[in-house]
Amino acid sequence: MINVLLIIFAISLLYLGIANRLLTYIKILAIQGILLFGIAFIELIQINAVNLAFVLLETIVFKTLAIPLFLNYVMKRNRITRDAEPFLPNFISLIIITMIIIATFILSNAIMDSRISKIFFVVALSTLFTGLYIIVTRTKIMTHVIGYLVIENGVFILSLAVGNEMPMLVNLGILLDIFASVFILGIFVNRIGDVLKDVDVDQLKNLRD
Amino acid sequence: MTGLYLAGAFMISGLLFFNRNRAINYLLVTGFLALQIGFTVYEYLHINKTELFYFTADGLAVLLLIPLCIISIPAMYHSYVFLSKNQENARHRAIYFAAMVMLLTAISATYLANHIAVTWIFVELTTLSASALIYHRRNNRSLEGTWKYVFVCAISITLVFIGILFLSFTLKQEGTDDLSFAVLLKKAPELNLFWLKLAFIFIFTGFTAKMGLVPMYTAGIDAKDKAPSPAGALLSSVLLNVGFVGIFRFYIIIANSPIHSWAGHVILIAAILSIFVATVYMTKVKNIKRMFAYSSIEHMGIVMLGIVAGGVGYYGAVLHIVLHAFLKSSLFFQMGQIYRIYKSKSIYDVGNYFKYNLTGSVVMLLGFFFATAMPPSGLFISEFMIFRGLFASNYLLILIIVILLLTVILWAFGKNIFKLLFSPAIDFREEGMEHIKPVESLSQFVLLGLVVYLGLTPPMQFVTLIQEAIKNLPH
Repeated sequence: MINVLLIIFAISLLYLGIANRLLTYIKILAIQGILLFGIAFIELIQINAVNLAFVLLETIVFKTLAIPLFLNYVMKRNRITRDAEPFLPNFISLIIITMIIIATFILSNAIMDSRISKIFFVVALSTLFTGLYIIVTRTKIMTHVIGYLVIENGVFILSLAVGNEMPMLVNLGILLDIFASVFILGIFVNRIGDVLKDVDVDQLKNLRD
Repeated sequence: MTGLYLAGAFMISGLLFFNRNRAINYLLVTGFLALQIGFTVYEYLHINKTELFYFTADGLAVLLLIPLCIISIPAMYHSYVFLSKNQENARHRAIYFAAMVMLLTAISATYLANHIAVTWIFVELTTLSASALIYHRRNNRSLEGTWKYVFVCAISITLVFIGILFLSFTLKQEGTDDLSFAVLLKKAPELNLFWLKLAFIFIFTGFTAKMGLVPMYTAGIDAKDKAPSPAGALLSSVLLNVGFVGIFRFYIIIANSPIHSWAGHVILIAAILSIFVATVYMTKVKNIKRMFAYSSIEHMGIVMLGIVAGGVGYYGAVLHIVLHAFLKSSLFFQMGQIYRIYKSKSIYDVGNYFKYNLTGSVVMLLGFFFATAMPPSGLFISEFMIFRGLFASNYLLILIIVILLLTVILWAFGKNIFKLLFSPAIDFREEGMEHIKPVESLSQFVLLGLVVYLGLTPPMQFVTLIQEAIKNLPH
């Protein structure tokens, strides 16, 4: 079951590569939140109940509901154009993300360590690199934030791999999530709309030497 | 006492945030300074005592707490001057001081943390509070600086977290789940090398954003440029030390494991590239504040070279980081006065500083000599030790390259500073110019005096603290 969820998660990354509209990106984030809820539930079932409830609440409330709804609100409020405006065509994005997944497969096979579950490692790393790829190849601040949230999801999966022995690390990962969502989104993306008319990274290119 | 300090400081920060009254604001800030001084003295008297499980005042922590305490007093004073000179808005002032108190508290806690995850949490808190300071002016440019700083720091903090996860993979194999530095040090020789290498790469890269070394240095430059000068002084002195603490404490663990020399090479590459990048930008930068920020990059590169060199280099590196904090904060405080006279930070708009502000220009001149490590600057002593360490460990080629780059930096730095001090300013009208009271430069002289004093005739206690800080490194 857990493998199925992880594989669906990897497929959602491919979908992220070919998505055109910002709304689709936000929906994918919500789906990833639900998948993480399932993965966390199955993987962490042995840890104590309060902690488990906390982790599950975080995946459902923060990752699945609060962040996507808030991103949607920011998008409407600042009248951001719907298109993601990638530098590269979607077809090339698709190929590159596939390459990322294949590369992490090869990398994880090189690791001779039976105690770390390989599929966690593969999905986590490919999520990480996909997030970085999205940040690099899209122009909007909004897509940068989405890329960062995808990286967060990757880190969350990685922390689940050791979650049974060290639940503290999962909690730390959640702290990182809350930091990112409350801070980067709440204070920031909100404010950027007040100061700048159109939210585009191109407008934030004045500081340089 | 740590618990008391943290609770008190967070309470003061909260009260500052909600209070809009000017007098009460300043009273609270004074109260915080008293708390900070009391806390530093307490930790100095109770060295190596662990409190609240996660905070230990070891040599390195106390060594860095003392500069933090000393720098925080002029920082608050210059903030007071800064805010009263600009039309102050009660809400902005409250947020500014609340963020500054929070930043100083988070930095203190990072120094003291003896557990890698606790260090991580407080580093996250420093990003949060620093960004409120950078955003103080609330215009387009400061928004850009803040956005870049927050985004790069968020990515870097994620990288550190990934590093901690890899570290926990290897600890799991050793059958422990304690991530405190003491346990890691004990386990260091047995850890799985593959995971340890990955952990080192990620943690090192993550902390470079705070320390200002090559891969992630960019955001810090914009942040120091856009933050008000007193805040910039904190960002480029004590906040750099936060990154240093993170890297140094983890490096001690690596140094006791079989990958010591491999990690040394990674750091060496980052250090050389940092000095190189600093050199390139120093020669072309036209903004004085940014020039100081790049000078910090150069000094951090030198500190890392000391770590790589080993032996006497360790001592030099720790000495250098302490002295650099005093020096750079004094330059940034002075920068605030330059901006008040010329209303510009560009090298094209300033000049003849000697004519307009004599005491300030003496600070600038001394600061230039000290920053380029000319005697009697204490930085001369520490750089000399680092270079001797490099020489002793057969990094002769590296040494030659670094000295060449430093010569170029000396030229670039001098070119800009002498333009500021002696060449007449173009199109500068003296009528509406603000006159700066000489007493405002007093704190800078004290800080520069400390650079000389601690470098040339270090008191016994200071030397003991440095030796305490580096005792776990292999000699």
